[in-house]
This record gives sequence, C-alpha cells and structure tokens, in this order.
Amino acid sequence: MNKNSNLYQILYSAIMVVLVGTVLAFVYMALKPRQDDNIANDKRKQILSAIHIPATADQQLKNIYHKYITAEMLVDDHGNVVDSTANVAFDIDMKSNVKATHRKLPVLVSKLDDGSTKYIIPVYGAGLWGPIWGYIAVDADGKTIYGANFSHESETPGLGARITDDPAFANAFNGKTLYKDGAFKCVEVMKKGQLPTNGADYIDALSGATITSRGVGNMMQQCLGLYDGFFKKIQSQNANN
Amino acid sequence: MLSKKNKEALFNPLSKDNPVLVQILGICSTLAVTASMEPAIVMGISVIAVMALSNVIISFIRKSIPTTIRIIVQLVVVAALVIIVQQFLIAFDYDVSKQLSVFIGLIITNCILMGRLEAFALNNRPWPSFLDGIGNGLGYTIILVIVAAVRELFGSGTLMGFQVIPQWCYDHGYENNGLMILPPMALITVACIIWVHRARNPELMEN
Repeated sequence: MNKNSNLYQILYSAIMVVLVGTVLAFVYMALKPRQDDNIANDKRKQILSAIHIPATADQQLKNIYHKYITAEMLVDDHGNVVDSTANVAFDIDMKSNVKATHRKLPVLVSKLDDGSTKYIIPVYGAGLWGPIWGYIAVDADGKTIYGANFSHESETPGLGARITDDPAFANAFNGKTLYKDGAFKCVEVMKKGQLPTNGADYIDALSGATITSRGVGNMMQQCLGLYDGFFKKIQSQNANN
Repeated sequence: MLSKKNKEALFNPLSKDNPVLVQILGICSTLAVTASMEPAIVMGISVIAVMALSNVIISFIRKSIPTTIRIIVQLVVVAALVIIVQQFLIAFDYDVSKQLSVFIGLIITNCILMGRLEAFALNNRPWPSFLDGIGNGLGYTIILVIVAAVRELFGSGTLMGFQVIPQWCYDHGYENNGLMILPPMALITVACIIWVHRARNPELMEN
C-alpha cells in the first residue's frame, strides 16, 4: 500500500488514536483508586498540619485523623449549625463552595491531647497560576490563629510554592489575632516594611512571590470574613461561661 | 550489544554532543525546574524514561509512519507517555508529583524529545535508539543537576533541602542571593557552563 496515500494516512491516524486512547483509559482506571487515596491522605495531612500534628505513614494517617478531628459541620452566616453528618466538611468541594451565593461554611472541630478545642476552617482562593487553598486552625476563643497550612496547584517552585514548602511562612500566622477591639480584622500579608492601614495583625510576604502572597491575604480576608457570625457566637458563648 | 556505534549513541550526549550545551535544546525547562535540586533530579529521571521509551516506540514503527504526518505521530506517542508518567507519579509518589506539578506536562514541549526522534529514532533500529534516548536524557539531567546545585546553594544556602551554608556566615552578614532563584540566573549559569565546556573542548568552538 502506498504510504503517502490519503487513505493510508487517515487509517493510520485513526488506529493510532484509538490504540493510544485505550491504553490511557486503562492506565487511568487502573491507577484511579490509588490516586484518590493519595489525594484524600494528602488532604488529611494538610488538615492535621494546621493543628501542628506532624505527618505520619499513610496507613496510620486515617486513624490519627479520626482521633483528632472529632466533629465536622456546616454553619450558616450567623454561626448556626445546618449540617453535622460525618465527613461533611472533609468531602466538601471548595471550588464550587466558594462560588455559591449562600455559602454553607465548613468547619472541622478538633480536640488536641491537652483537651483544648480548635476550629479548623478551609480557605480557598487564587494564586498566580492557579488555585491556592489552606486550612486555618482557630483557638477556642474564636479570635486567635493556632496554626495554618497552605497548598497550591501550580505556583512557581522556589517562589510562590514556598507558601507550602517553607514552614516559616505558615508558622508566621501562629498567635496572630483576627479581631481587634471586637471587630473582624483579618491578618494581612504585607511587603517587608509596610503596615496594614487598619491596625490589623500582619505577617511578612514572601520576596519574589508578590502575587501569590497577596493571594493568600485576599483568600484569608474573603473566606474567614464569612465566619464572622460563627466566631462572634463562640466569643459570646465564652463570655457567658 | 555495545558496538562502537552504540557506545557513541550512549556516551556522546554526555559531553561532546550534550543536548543542552552543544545542541542547545531543552533550555526552557532548564530555566524552570532548577531553582532547587530535588525537582531537577525527578524531572531528569522522567525525561530519561519518556525519551528512551518514545525513541524505542518510534523506532519500532518507523517504517510504517507516513512521512507527511510523522510529527503528529511523534507528538501523540510522546504525549501519551508523558500522561502515563504523570499518572504513575500521582499514584506512587504523590509528594513529588505535587512539587513538579506543571513541569511534567511540559516534557511534551521539551525540544530534546522531538529533536532526537526526528534526528535519530526515525533512521535507526530500536536498540541504538534506546541507548540514544538514555544518553541524551542523562546529558540533560547532568546539566540540570549542576545548574540546580549552583542555584540552590547560592539562592537558598541549601542542597537537596539540607542547610549547607552555616549559620555563622549569616551572623557575619552573609545573605542568600535572591536573584539566584529567579529564572535569569539559570541562563547565566548555563552560559558559564557552556563557556567552560567549550574552553575545554576546542573542537566545538565556532570561528
């Protein structure tokens, strides 16, 4: 058969595409369960890292996760619990959740070894190249950040990716407060030498990653701001006790 | 197995015919993944795997490929292999796959692959093509690792994530050079390596 005839070329490309498609579909199906496992475990690691529980081997991860995360719930703008079935906050798709007009806000409640309660709040926003997200653990007083963990999809390695790779960045949030004089003032991410105009707490931005750093600040501002009702409710409960 | 010609296919790309230094291919990814050593090494291994396999596959079907659509056929083979590598990384080494994120996909656009497929695999039998793929992948990896070592050492003071420059230096006013982790320094580092390489191999110098 003439190798340069139209029929040969069309047949050749058609067969090639079908073959390659079959192989890829097979690989994808075969590896899917393992990949889903990895992704879920990675999410657990991120959540545990926000309450300073170091990552462990994958086999024990699930047990440790369930040991520390005692309850999960969705709350509304006023802080009322609307759903508290198991894994409801873990399974939530943050990408579509942040776009919804009336958000149900996910909260994970954790109990640490010393008996203290922490509220872990998932946040989701935009970095330079793609989405960034994280988990912010707030103390039982509903004001102070206990720990934070950030992840990203495609920030530049060595620059924006340091929000994940450089522990000093997330650790800088420890102990910062979200409330000043009773009003919500989110921690800001500022360039070295600058101060927030509204007197809020701040941390230093990463040099060489201006847009990613700003993205983290905006993400915190937008996502945590919605929890104002929830935080206020905890604060008033604490005041009554 | 390793005749003189096959040895050349395997070892020439390491120095005399290095894809980055002499053929000036694959510069784009050399800029992108060399800010620290670990992603550079994994990227190198992935490129070696994709290059060797795609060279073998193209070499096996080289007589059946219609010349008019050969670039498309090469692209499909390379793209399929890259996706498979990516899926395997997500399934078996999730942390590294997260770190490399977009760059694995960018192997498709690595000019070394298309260059070697066109120049070698289309005209040679599978075994020499395999060796050529391994050789060129290694040649690329060596340069990647050297550049990454220089940039990580001076940019972050670490190697493979371990602190190398002692705290004593920082106490006495030494600072990490932030410019080193920005892409332009990769070009300058590669240029310096090319300079040294040509100085040692006068036959490579152009007039």
